[in-house]
Amino acid sequence: MHFKNANRFLRSTFAAFSAVIALSLSGCFDKTTETSPVTGVIYCSEGNPTSFNPQLDTSSTTSDASSHQIYDRLLNFDPQSGKIVPALASSWLISQDGLTYTFQLRRGVKFHDTEYFSPSRTFNADDVIFSIERWRVPTHPYHYVSGGNYPYFTSIGLIDLISKVKRINGYRVEITLSRPDSSFLANLATDFAVILSAEYAQKLTQSKQKERIDNYPIGTGPFKFVEYKKDHYIRYKKHQDYWQHENAPEKLIFDITTTSSLRLAKLMTGECDAIAFPAHSELDTIREREDLTLDGRPGLNVGFWAFNTSKYPFNNPKVRRALAMAIDKNTLLEAVYYGSAVSAKSLLPESSWAYQSDISETNYNPVLSRKLLRESGIDEGFTMNIWAMPVERAYNPNARKMAELMQNYLIQVGIQVNIVSYEWTTFREKLKEGQHDSVLIGWSADNGDPDNFYRPLLSCSAIESGTNRAMWCSDEYDSLINQALQYSEIEQRIEYYKLANKLLAEQMPLLPLAHAYRYRAHRRELNGLVINPFGAIRFGDVDKQ
Amino acid sequence: MMLIQIIRKFNLLILTLFVLSVLSFSLVYLFPGDPLVNLTGIKYTSDETHQYLTELHGFDHSYIYQYWVYLNNLVEGQWGLSFSSDNPLWEEISQTLPASMELSAYALLFSLLIGVPLGFLAGFQHYKTSDYSLLAASVIGYSTPVFWLSLIMILVFSLQLGWFPLSGRISLLFDIPHQTGFMFIDIFLSDFEFKNDAARSALQHLILPTLSLTIVTASIIFRITRRSVIDVMASQYILTAYTRGLSGLQVVFRHGVRNALIPIIPLFGMQFAVLLTNAMIVEVIFSWPGIGNWLIQAIYQRDYPAIRAGMLAVSTIVIILTVCTDLFAKLLNPALTGERRAQI
Repeated sequence: MHFKNANRFLRSTFAAFSAVIALSLSGCFDKTTETSPVTGVIYCSEGNPTSFNPQLDTSSTTSDASSHQIYDRLLNFDPQSGKIVPALASSWLISQDGLTYTFQLRRGVKFHDTEYFSPSRTFNADDVIFSIERWRVPTHPYHYVSGGNYPYFTSIGLIDLISKVKRINGYRVEITLSRPDSSFLANLATDFAVILSAEYAQKLTQSKQKERIDNYPIGTGPFKFVEYKKDHYIRYKKHQDYWQHENAPEKLIFDITTTSSLRLAKLMTGECDAIAFPAHSELDTIREREDLTLDGRPGLNVGFWAFNTSKYPFNNPKVRRALAMAIDKNTLLEAVYYGSAVSAKSLLPESSWAYQSDISETNYNPVLSRKLLRESGIDEGFTMNIWAMPVERAYNPNARKMAELMQNYLIQVGIQVNIVSYEWTTFREKLKEGQHDSVLIGWSADNGDPDNFYRPLLSCSAIESGTNRAMWCSDEYDSLINQALQYSEIEQRIEYYKLANKLLAEQMPLLPLAHAYRYRAHRRELNGLVINPFGAIRFGDVDKQ
Repeated sequence: MMLIQIIRKFNLLILTLFVLSVLSFSLVYLFPGDPLVNLTGIKYTSDETHQYLTELHGFDHSYIYQYWVYLNNLVEGQWGLSFSSDNPLWEEISQTLPASMELSAYALLFSLLIGVPLGFLAGFQHYKTSDYSLLAASVIGYSTPVFWLSLIMILVFSLQLGWFPLSGRISLLFDIPHQTGFMFIDIFLSDFEFKNDAARSALQHLILPTLSLTIVTASIIFRITRRSVIDVMASQYILTAYTRGLSGLQVVFRHGVRNALIPIIPLFGMQFAVLLTNAMIVEVIFSWPGIGNWLIQAIYQRDYPAIRAGMLAVSTIVIILTVCTDLFAKLLNPALTGERRAQI
């Protein structure tokens, strides 16, 4: 009873205190999507780019972050029709023999003016020559800056194809090929054939900071680079003098979010305006919500299981075929892609003009598989590893889960599987060194040409550039895909690709698993974000209401 | 007498820091790979640079000498480079550690604001319904895993209600330059045009992680306070005060509050270490760019120099804080023994 007064006092203070807390909290109960005087677009991307120069990397993370944001190309693909349209080259002329290409360049295109570089001139022929010669000529002063590895150009053989790049005048460039190649213009329009600034390179040479060219980029694209913080964000600012239009958002930010569920959560709370690679398991959630939009298009991609053919026992085609037979692809499609992918019969998806519909597919046959394995000297209890890539890609949204399912299938034919995974950059480095037994990975095409599947994935030259995950080299195969390029008639090329398909079915350096739909989710107020089936994302035309 | 106490604590601090630095130095050798690479974080070097680095870090001398060089470098802020970003570790840590400290400091502040008054309330009304219900609530708060709580917070307040954002310290649209590492101070110091909007955004981002931490810590502080109040109110001098005819309020304020608080104030300080540990977990869930998040990334990417430096930085902070609060406890109440202070 002594405490009566004290209690009353404490009760009232407590009440007052809770009221204060409640009041201070209620001030913050505004929706996070509320309009702010600071405008911009935030894109939740899936990983760190390796640099800001897509010439150096085939990973879509790198090209998403730079290709269409910072740079322009001589030519572009129209994302709707897939046709090649003018970009920095306003027109072009092809000689009768198909060997000489003359490009007329656009005048008055301004490079980025940033804190680290102020251009004194506009875009001209020197920039085109610099950009191409950098990856083409090993003696070029910038060739070995940032490693000297240009995987895309090496894997498709563009380095050998071009024999000369010549300046006609300030706004005209002539490129001579060593042999006719029907895919040449398409290759110049890919994400990787970007145009750098020769003047900036010159300035960096003088200040002895050459390696900055790929990390502090200068281009002509709709956005200027501002800041990159690994694992956190990339900031871009609008390029006020962009040659094409003035509609680009004031700010563009890539919020690097590696977990797919977290990206979706951020999209729902409005912390991101658009997200990369929504997981297939999350698609229904996105469709249900009125404030979100889901765009999907059949993609030019293939997810596969590649065997390291440079290692025993995977150097034996019989073993590879036996392993392929041990897997039930349809279950994988259901469990990993949730039905938003089609089973892959060959490297090419159905939307490619060279798709062969009558191809014979490997069927699930564990009994035969077991028999073939025993015949090849693979005993019960043999242990192999499957490398599962740590990131989600349209062609394989959950490699780890897929690997676990395959583990169960392979144990039924007497093979023990260890699943291996590293951080994405490390993962690719080790893959390139050929440390794996087999790997679950895939490929997204950079242009609509079938050569873009056959060459980077399995040609001999692609081993060196690190896109041939099977480490498989066959002269017969290389000559088939080279011959296909000699002809511009589609029917003739198809015949060669059919022969190549037959060879692949026999040799089985990799087992094609699925062609997935490409999805992208964004908030309803974001307009103009078009899925580009030929590669990287474009934010230049986006506008937010 | 006091001076001796201070010197003793100081010795303890120096000794512990010494052991820590030896431990972190031995990690250079214990991690797989070339010790020199693990130390400097410089991965690909030519023979000349390798030779130069060997001499620079004393790797051609004994371990003792190497350690001595290491120690000097530590003091000068030469902590090596991170494998994954190639940035100086000192710079990275001085950007991430303040973010964690900020989060922990606000959480501690809120825990005190909630835990202490409730502790008094329950202490004065002990063995009544309100006491029991508060005690029950504190058991729940105390035993809830902090990562689970954070996830529930996100689920309810971010995804269902849409009140708060779920990641980061501030909307990325606000480009606040890094100066002190403490967000509100940085916003204030910046010449940013829309400071109010930036501050509001920072506040919105702060609430959920702070709340997740606060619930756990406030429960502990509540229990400490309640126990102390019960003890004090049952003591002889309080009864004496009543017999002298003082009113309930007078007794509480003249004799109760002060005597109940003095022995437990240092215990609150010690909660900071626990808080920092919890904060590191919360950071990962809320993508808070603090030291915990940074360390987890370092571990995942096998970034050995970063793991070594991060471990050293965090443990140094924790040890300094612990020793300081310990000293503070001694200064406030020299009569207190260790046993008494360990009670919760």
